[in-house]
Amino acid sequence: MEALMEPGRGVSERFSKLKGLAIAVAPHQGCGSTGGSGKSSCGSSAGSGDLPPDIWEKVKNHPCYSEEAHHHYARMHVAVAPACNIQCNYCNRKYDCANESRPGVVSERLTPEQAARKVLAVASEIPQMTVLGIAGPGDPLANPDKTFGTFERVAEAAPDIKLCLSTNGLALPDHVDRIKDFKVDHVTITINMIDPEVGARIYPWVFFRHKRYTGKDAAKLLSERQLEGLEMLTRAGILCKVNSVMIPGINDDHLVEVNKAVKSRGAFLHNIMPLISAPEHGTVFGLAGQRGPTAQELKALQDKCEGEMNMMRHCRQCRADAVGLLGEDRGAEFTTERIESMEIQYDAQKRQSYRDSVEVERAARKAAREEELLTLAGENSNRKILLAVATKGGGKVNEHFGHAKEFQIYEMSTAGSKFVGHRRVDLYCQGGYGEEDALAGVIRAINDCVAVLVAKIGACPKEELRKAGIEPVDQYAYGYIETAAISYYRSYLERLKAGAVADVERGDAVIRQGAFVEVGAPASQAA
Amino acid sequence: MAYKIVASQCTGCSACEPECPNKAISEKDGIFLIDPKKCTECIGFFDEPQCVAVCPVDHTCIVDKNFPRYQR
Repeated sequence: MEALMEPGRGVSERFSKLKGLAIAVAPHQGCGSTGGSGKSSCGSSAGSGDLPPDIWEKVKNHPCYSEEAHHHYARMHVAVAPACNIQCNYCNRKYDCANESRPGVVSERLTPEQAARKVLAVASEIPQMTVLGIAGPGDPLANPDKTFGTFERVAEAAPDIKLCLSTNGLALPDHVDRIKDFKVDHVTITINMIDPEVGARIYPWVFFRHKRYTGKDAAKLLSERQLEGLEMLTRAGILCKVNSVMIPGINDDHLVEVNKAVKSRGAFLHNIMPLISAPEHGTVFGLAGQRGPTAQELKALQDKCEGEMNMMRHCRQCRADAVGLLGEDRGAEFTTERIESMEIQYDAQKRQSYRDSVEVERAARKAAREEELLTLAGENSNRKILLAVATKGGGKVNEHFGHAKEFQIYEMSTAGSKFVGHRRVDLYCQGGYGEEDALAGVIRAINDCVAVLVAKIGACPKEELRKAGIEPVDQYAYGYIETAAISYYRSYLERLKAGAVADVERGDAVIRQGAFVEVGAPASQAA
Repeated sequence: MAYKIVASQCTGCSACEPECPNKAISEKDGIFLIDPKKCTECIGFFDEPQCVAVCPVDHTCIVDKNFPRYQR
């Protein structure tokens, strides 16, 4: 532990090499032309203008903290932290496949030097990239020298990039000062329980101060350290999100208690994620046949916890080396080999002007949504429906049905549109058009939706969707999502009143457990 | 005896390396090795061998029976 606590050995001398790169860094001018007023739509969900301006300033360009931002801004994770200090029953560190997307899995580990170079390479090619996170594949704070060594280099070379980390919390109280010193202003703690009885079924052991603890002792220790760390972060003014994995039959009901506990200790956002569990992952839960929640079970729990606290519903449970917008992974474009040979031109000016143009687009999207919302003013139906949307970013209905890797789900009511989640699906177009199995999978994933809004859709899937009771809608192609959704909902209510659509309850939907293929991966890998 | 790391089991996560009180663990080609000449089974330092206690894969850090029991 002593070696672990020693601050960044050799960091400064190695860093001098990085300084040799041609890097032009302009001072950070704030994040865009609009939206800093505190009146703009903000928070975890689009349109909730209820955050204090200082917090909004911190989260508005952070795709993992702001649902609205995640349409426009990208994040990257660098896998510099392989060691872990606890064992979770949903994690198996031996398993790694490039087609597999979930936390704890990476293909390649990086040194802090390689990681910093990768960050600059990605930032110069993807201007949307505003956030660097360290999330493993182990625990960042079980590898403090590597984690903070990476942050130190990136902060020096690219001060406009926000830094964040995601931890299990066991080592957190030992590192809060350093987190503050390095200006890491977003921290995520994964808290799955506050009751050691529950914890003993999730964590077989934790390693703390030279000792392995098991059973309830392990869970009690972990829980105490997590909550202590959360309180310390709150006192230090560091924004904290809490992640929880929903494990049916183990902690599903209990997460309501967890929600109260973390809210009272100052957590800003709660992200309840479905358990990812398949036997082929080789995890304890996977091998034991522990199932994940259904889409409606997950939504019901999220809805239950959504009181005064923001719930995050746009989490993609991404890999510890993911690159790109949430829901896409461009990691394969930035291999160490390629980065070594790249000429990196870090142009802070260009990145700033990109962000300025995004802010103009965001303002236009917001204005369009508000205008469309006025058309619902006369409606007084209490009918809520779910809509699936095919999008590839920018807040628009701009993806072909068959190309969609995921659908975003919006809950519609007379109050407007509310983002409530996303559903991953196979790229069913890749192995030839309209494969029946794949289409059936897509239908299962959005089975609780009344309609699916797409940029384009073929005749065959259209017919299959109709048979399943899901209306395919391409009339809003390339329009803003919320505007399209509100307009569809209004016409739906009219047709409902006129008896033109059947008033039936939709069923439940399936949360996909399998592989998630990277953008640009050859079709052969998609199988 | 000393401890050894079963190469086929090692994930290369590096968790063991800084825990070893004897600096007996080093990396080679992405996996980790214990120098049996330096390993003291953590006797005199801790109640349990640290590499075993921190390793994420069971039965990966195991006793190497080719070496005699460590004597203080």
